[in-house]
Amino acid sequence: MSLIVTRGLTKRFGRVTALSDLTLDIPPGVVGLVGANGAGKSTLIKILLGLSQATTGTAEVLGLDVTTNGAKIREVVGYMPEHDCLPPDVSATELVVHMARMSGLPTTAARERAADTLRHVGLYEERYRPISGYSTGMRQRVKLAQALVHDPRLVMLDEPTNGLDPAGRDDMLGLIRRIGTVFGISVLVTSHLMGELERVCDHVVVIDGGTLLRSSSTADVTAVTQLLLLEVDDAVEQVAARLRELGVDVHPSGTALELVLRGDETYDAVRDVVAELGVGLVRLERRRHHMLDIFRPDGGTRVAAVSGTGAGEVRGA
Amino acid sequence: MSETGVIHDIGYRHYDGPRLGLRYITRSLFVSSLKGAYGFGRSARSKVMPLLLLGVITLPAFVIAAIVTIGSLDTLPLQYTQYAARLQLLIAIFVAGQAPQMVSRDLRFGVVALYFSRPLTRQSYVQAKYAAMAAALFVLVTIPLLVLYVGALLAKLPVRQQTSDLAYGLVGAALLALVLAGIGLVIAAFTPRRGLGVAAVIAVLLVATGVAATLQGVARDQGNDTIAGYAGLISPFTLVDGVQVWAFGSDPASLAGPPGTTGGLVCLAVTLAVIAGTYGLLLLRYRRVSVS
Repeated sequence: MSLIVTRGLTKRFGRVTALSDLTLDIPPGVVGLVGANGAGKSTLIKILLGLSQATTGTAEVLGLDVTTNGAKIREVVGYMPEHDCLPPDVSATELVVHMARMSGLPTTAARERAADTLRHVGLYEERYRPISGYSTGMRQRVKLAQALVHDPRLVMLDEPTNGLDPAGRDDMLGLIRRIGTVFGISVLVTSHLMGELERVCDHVVVIDGGTLLRSSSTADVTAVTQLLLLEVDDAVEQVAARLRELGVDVHPSGTALELVLRGDETYDAVRDVVAELGVGLVRLERRRHHMLDIFRPDGGTRVAAVSGTGAGEVRGA
Repeated sequence: MSETGVIHDIGYRHYDGPRLGLRYITRSLFVSSLKGAYGFGRSARSKVMPLLLLGVITLPAFVIAAIVTIGSLDTLPLQYTQYAARLQLLIAIFVAGQAPQMVSRDLRFGVVALYFSRPLTRQSYVQAKYAAMAAALFVLVTIPLLVLYVGALLAKLPVRQQTSDLAYGLVGAALLALVLAGIGLVIAAFTPRRGLGVAAVIAVLLVATGVAATLQGVARDQGNDTIAGYAGLISPFTLVDGVQVWAFGSDPASLAGPPGTTGGLVCLAVTLAVIAGTYGLLLLRYRRVSVS
């Protein structure tokens, strides 16, 4: 069964069109929803939660129609809002227990599930302290915990990495991946950064200005786009020549080189070549923003805003 | 990553127990909100004010009970139906302190997004909060009445008479709780900033009482009891007292009761209109709250 199906979904606010004729068929798994701010991500989530009526078109979540079955959807779906939504004067435990009951769990089950879930998101002793003293990272974890506490079949996470430092981002992305794989809960996660979602998602949906740019599995996308940017301090020509001999597809890119990444052997070739020639390795970076050039070959300015570099972009350097 | 790497070793367990419906959820929200009004489930500091108010408002009841018992009086010096109006300042302070806590907090910090992305409907949320605020007020007003009643029985006052008087007092307390809860919650829901909410609620209640009392005084001086009676409509306390005077024949707690049967019916109609109207306004307010 499909996770999310939409047919010609359109949402207008007065003269502003937030979503335009969106038709999607998303399989279960970890799904990334990418778009610039104002692309229509939050509007789509609100429609999928049955909280906002589409102007035209239909949508189903887990086989349930959003207009007629909103309450049922909200029972089996978890939602992590983008903005602050935590009261400062209670502890994480109290809040999450309360929210579990607000999802219909009996009190005893709510307590057990809250304790389990807070541990799963990585909140330990601090969960007994009032939320007002929490860091941004801890707050995001509490928000995630309340979305998971009733063991939903799908969680919708709106910009969960917002405001996190690179390490916090990596932790959150790892957690999202684990929710999808280990917990077996489907995830719909939004971001305005392409790069970070590619790493954790099975399927990526890109929207811009309310229209669908692309919906495809990440395997399809990254197959075309895995590029390595290599910069060395000397003998660029020789490095390029030697890499070609080793079967690496090399293209000059300014003073640097772009390599087509085929897997670990590409990294091995780079390591061997720089060691062999004794040159200094200045930069070795996965290039991801090229992916968006594929979605929109003319490369409009709005798409440029979508790209940008996600945290953890520099890898293996 | 090592810290989070440990996490999935514990293993994730799915929940296959019961998921209870909207009625359970609404009831849970009602119970936790009611407890919250007295600071239970909140910080120690937030228990101080409501419990202190409850203590102070009950104190006169103990004193009266003691006087009646020791002095062997044959009636209570203060009727059950008059008690709330006499101590209205304390009740107003309670409303001002707890109504913002009841609704403004969820609005100001965006907690409503967590509620409304769950099966809970906006209507059920409003019902649970309204009922919780009214119940909290009912407790505040009723506990002193029960102390009075026990005192009256210990003083061997006629049981039948006291019981029916207490019943009148309870009906009045319920009406007053509903009226004050509605007014307090509407003001608090439209002023999400907590400090402003507290100030706005106390200001509205005190000004209403002041205006009502002043108008009644002036009208009485002019010898116009009808206007004096209708001036009572302005304050929630004299409004509900008007219903009691008309329905139960109790002595008015203010300078003037409602003029005749018409006045009584007007008081009842206004009371019900305030309850229904504030509930409607709350529904309207929450229909506009967006989740994001």
